[in-house]
Amino acid sequence: MNFDDTPQEAEFRAIARKWIAANAPKEFEEELSKSSLGRIRLAKHDMVEIGKAWQKKKAEGGWACLHWPKEYGGRGATPIERVIWQQEEGVYGKLTQPFQIGEGMCGPTVMAWGSEEAKRRYLPKLAAGEEIWCQLFSEPSAGSDVAGLRTRAEKKGDNWVVNGQKIWTSGAHYSDYGLLIARTDPNVPKHKGLTMFFLNMKSPGVEVRPIKQANGMQEFNEVYFTDVVIPDSQRLGAVGEGWSVSLTTLMNERMSIGARLATGVPEMFEFCSNLMLEDGLAIDDPAVRSKLASWAVKASGLKYTSYRAISALSKGERPGPENSIGKLVSGLMLQDIATYAMDLEGAAGSLTGADEEQANGQFQQMLLSSPSMRIAGGTDEILRNIIAERVLGLPGDIRVDKDVPYNKIPTKGR
Amino acid sequence: MNFDFSDEQKQMRDEARKFLSEQCPPKAVREVLDGKAPYDKSLWKGLAEMGFLGVAIPEQFGGAGAGHLELCVIAEEMGRALAPVPFSSTVYLAAEAILIAGSDAQKQKWLPKIASGDAIGTLALFEGKGNPTPKAVKVTANGGVLNGVKKPVPDGAIADFAVVAARTGSSGRESDISLFIVDLKAGGVEVKSLTNIDLTRGQAEITFKDAKAEPLGAAGEGWSVITQVLDRAAVLTAFEQVGGADRALEMGRDYALDRIAFGRPIGSFQAVKHMLADMYVSATLARSNCYYGAWALSTNAGELPEAAAAARISATQAFQHCAKNNIQVHGGMGFTWEFDCHMYYRRANAVALGLGSLSYWEDALIDRMRKKNAA
Repeated sequence: MNFDDTPQEAEFRAIARKWIAANAPKEFEEELSKSSLGRIRLAKHDMVEIGKAWQKKKAEGGWACLHWPKEYGGRGATPIERVIWQQEEGVYGKLTQPFQIGEGMCGPTVMAWGSEEAKRRYLPKLAAGEEIWCQLFSEPSAGSDVAGLRTRAEKKGDNWVVNGQKIWTSGAHYSDYGLLIARTDPNVPKHKGLTMFFLNMKSPGVEVRPIKQANGMQEFNEVYFTDVVIPDSQRLGAVGEGWSVSLTTLMNERMSIGARLATGVPEMFEFCSNLMLEDGLAIDDPAVRSKLASWAVKASGLKYTSYRAISALSKGERPGPENSIGKLVSGLMLQDIATYAMDLEGAAGSLTGADEEQANGQFQQMLLSSPSMRIAGGTDEILRNIIAERVLGLPGDIRVDKDVPYNKIPTKGR
Repeated sequence: MNFDFSDEQKQMRDEARKFLSEQCPPKAVREVLDGKAPYDKSLWKGLAEMGFLGVAIPEQFGGAGAGHLELCVIAEEMGRALAPVPFSSTVYLAAEAILIAGSDAQKQKWLPKIASGDAIGTLALFEGKGNPTPKAVKVTANGGVLNGVKKPVPDGAIADFAVVAARTGSSGRESDISLFIVDLKAGGVEVKSLTNIDLTRGQAEITFKDAKAEPLGAAGEGWSVITQVLDRAAVLTAFEQVGGADRALEMGRDYALDRIAFGRPIGSFQAVKHMLADMYVSATLARSNCYYGAWALSTNAGELPEAAAAARISATQAFQHCAKNNIQVHGGMGFTWEFDCHMYYRRANAVALGLGSLSYWEDALIDRMRKKNAA
């Protein structure tokens, strides 16, 4: 049990710190440190452009996708070194948001299932932020039950022709490539008729439409496919093995989502330290303190749970689905914190806009955005099922459609 | 960074688990639960022989000199087995107080006896309702004798000696409090057993009437030692709580797999699965906070006060949550005397109060976080 850097780790930290001091875009430091909870806004610049520039610089310096092998654009770093880098990168890490799906999910899937040629062609550009990737899994009729997806891919010669619709695709509007799971055989049970592909998002027949979300923003998209042609060389894994391939992606998704989780606790602590109530500062109120303390130990518990996972990784053990707790705990906590912060402000708590509150309106924004945290990347309920089944060994749900050919599953005409 | 116990420490945990599963099955816990014995004497002897009582006591004072990480892994197993012995009062409270504040002679006198199982110790701090504060200490020390009443005192009825917090001044400051060691078998000490919700661990009221007392540490520094002892005991107790929480979760899980209703194991219903998943989440968060506490305890890090409060809060919540929902998963059977669920429920709710209540530690955590943020 040791929290101190080993001599090698300390040396790595010193090198990273020096490089960041010399290269980071310091003109954005203040703005970035103010933007919280995964929501990055730069007043006068396009976040994706600034992010791409930082990612490119990192790649040139050997600091992109640290844990990837060098030949694919990474550094071959250890899990601990990756954590040290994240600690040192600090607020500039927020600029990596557009690349996280690529680094965390699409890249590892290509690495596990792609040909050597594909890996050498696509991964270094992904790592350098030159090409952004998105993930095309969810559909309007296939959310938690993603294996029930309908998008069809049909073999025509050496190509596949894709028709259908995906939804909730973050970053599709600025992505260059997408990881796509589609149905290649509707005559077998649903998990068995799927195949994984990747495609150029600029291919003819791909149409990206932004979704206006419940919080008024547009971060996610619908993606429509009309006779989109994908060469068979862009298939990942065997035909019909798409479900197994997708598990690689989803396992990595859970790891990467856990890595830089926003909990809302530091923001709430600061807010309560400055908010004046009738009888004094909010943080001196026993009821406020009790709630803050309960949230604080959840946040610290998550942090040290991820440290335990990293320690396991560095010993060559595979982190298990227990990492699912990160999003399950933090999603609901963000929502609760936002609600309580606004409650402390009384009637004025409902007002929005940077001038209205002490906290830049972040809690109002958090309130409106937090429902998505409890849904995206696995709903709270799916995550509880995963914990119950894979960690605790409880029986799986009874699945009435499990052995039924996909095209015989009732749809109620929808 | 290596955020895990070493292989040797894990091996010690396995040994402790094996020993306790043989020497402290639920049947043995029930002997104390049913009032047939005040504590399990043969288990206490066995723990001494295994070297567990003195695991963190230096070799020069008769201990194994292993360290506090080793004590943490043993504490977890003690909590898991609901061991009905005065381990926490003797090892986390009395021994820690003597290690921190004792003179060489006091260490020579008491620590070897603790390690060998020949002396049971405790900390007499509370005086009725309320949380640990210097103001709440009314027992007085004058001319080498104590007067006043302490309650509840954990394991007070079976203890040979107590570390007692007493008032030696009236300035209204922390420096009014000093610590003393009192031989509870000597004159001027009246001990009365009190009943409490956890029937596997005793509580007592101790009345001092001109009881002879030997100063422990410098006069006026008692409260600073108490604070350190409580922080250290908070981490160790948190490991007991995590051990108990894990066991309650396992019991619930096993029952959910075994019990059939509506033609299916009840563990296949999402209402039950999700309840168990939430128990797992709270136990996992508590364990991770405890590991951080263990690191801070074993290195005496500046982070210890904050880490101890976080471990304490998280583990208290987890054990209470797992113990009550374990009964819920068991349904009616969980509410019988025959099933063990209530023993964990009792322990979870009693141990939640022993070092000061949840709200006391929540308050402490916020103070300590503010101090850190201000620094």
